[in-house]
Amino acid sequence: MALISCQEASFAYEGHTAVSNLDFTVESGDYLCIVGENGSGKSTLIKGLLRLIAPQSGKVLMGDGLKPHEIGYLPQQTAAQKDFPASAYEVILSGRLGARGLRPFYSRADKVIVEENIRRLDVGMLRNKCYRELSGGQQQRVLLARALSAAKKALLLDEPFAGLDPVITRELYRLIEMINREMGLTIIMVSHDVKSAVQYAGHILHLQNTQVFFGKTEEYLKSAVGERYWGGKRND
Amino acid sequence: MINTLLEMFSYTFLVRAAVVGLLVALCAALLGVSLVLKRYSMIGDGLSHVGFGSLAVATAMNAAPLTVSIPVVVAAAFLLLRISENGKIKGDAAVALISTSSLAIGVVVISLTTGMNTDVCNYLFGSILAMSKDDVTLSILLAVVVLALFVLFYNKIFAVTFDETFAQATGVPAGVYNMLIAFLTAITIALGMRMMGALLISSLIIFPALTSMRVCKTFRSVTISAAAVSLICFFIGLVISYLYATPTGASVVLVNIAAFLLFWGAGKIPWSVVQSRIIWGRSNHS
Repeated sequence: MALISCQEASFAYEGHTAVSNLDFTVESGDYLCIVGENGSGKSTLIKGLLRLIAPQSGKVLMGDGLKPHEIGYLPQQTAAQKDFPASAYEVILSGRLGARGLRPFYSRADKVIVEENIRRLDVGMLRNKCYRELSGGQQQRVLLARALSAAKKALLLDEPFAGLDPVITRELYRLIEMINREMGLTIIMVSHDVKSAVQYAGHILHLQNTQVFFGKTEEYLKSAVGERYWGGKRND
Repeated sequence: MINTLLEMFSYTFLVRAAVVGLLVALCAALLGVSLVLKRYSMIGDGLSHVGFGSLAVATAMNAAPLTVSIPVVVAAAFLLLRISENGKIKGDAAVALISTSSLAIGVVVISLTTGMNTDVCNYLFGSILAMSKDDVTLSILLAVVVLALFVLFYNKIFAVTFDETFAQATGVPAGVYNMLIAFLTAITIALGMRMMGALLISSLIIFPALTSMRVCKTFRSVTISAAAVSLICFFIGLVISYLYATPTGASVVLVNIAAFLLFWGAGKIPWSVVQSRIIWGRSNHS
């Protein structure tokens, strides 16, 4: 059975249907990019996949033993976080909270997992630094380490490259590719950077408040919508 | 100095005031860190006005003040939280609506019963004589509950404060913890209001957190520093109010302002530059 499958699902945001007719599956180990314009329902779909909102109609099914709260999530940053006093370590450690349930304090096992992810993402030297004083790219690495600490099988990334320069963006893409290949985690990423999406992702889901394309990246490039979107960008 | 303190605490009412005040100051500072960072500072202010209204009604009904004001303020806290989350009426406007309404109700109730007298002044600006023996017992009990819950849920409170969406996504019921924070805040405000005054109690919540954030860089250090700052400021404020016969609440707020300015100044100094200057200075001499 697929890791995540949407069957004729639609999701609403503040009472209005934001995205409908979703019919796609994500297999274990896939790298899926969700693309589309602003307001095309990408973020609403993310909330639906995280089970923060229930589908308005249709179904979202989880397979391969994936429980709803075992998806690591990298959200868009909020304004409040810009001046939040917290060390990078405190932020990363909070990724383990979901696994804690009602138990109040972190265990040694939690800290071992966190150390692994700190090493993996090479954020050891940021550990005691204040989160708000880190650069945009460093903040994303810290949030990625937190997401990895929460993830068992899948990572969900919501516009992880917003406001980052091209060099840092490429570096982060490599990291995500490494997580996908070496750790075998399923990646679902929302992005409006179609150019990079087709370069790195194996599958593309194109939204325009409804599903206009789902399939392999090669097929997307040949499809009418892919050609229009991708070709249009190229002519710029 | 020691003689002054000994003399001060030979008065039972001052010992009571100190015990309850320090506990309230501690609880308020801890919760304040989360409230300020969540942009909920105004909720504390709104709740204290609701507390004023409920105190007035309690006095009119001849009921024990805390038994009326605690449930009313807790209910108001949940209501305010709901409103600021739903966002039909914008959060800050809703807080203003509720706080002025309860202020108006309180003033009308007081003027209909006892008339506008010193009671009103005491409610608004606090009175050190407000604590009865039963109040002290109840306050200690509730303060211990607030502290215990805060320590037990510290990690959750951090996660929900820093990133509510992420916390929810990993299965932490953020709404429940928001309600817990609102609940604890409501109790703290109801306890501290009569001593600090309805108009001044929210300063205990806001000041220590903001003061600590000038200097501290991690959530844990901000929390610990806020608790320490709040305790020290309350104690100094209490001593000052005894020495100069000034109102306790206002004196505590003044000390908090001084602490804020001090920390703000300390935060402005570029410490790494100072450090390198000192090192350079030494090497020049050698």
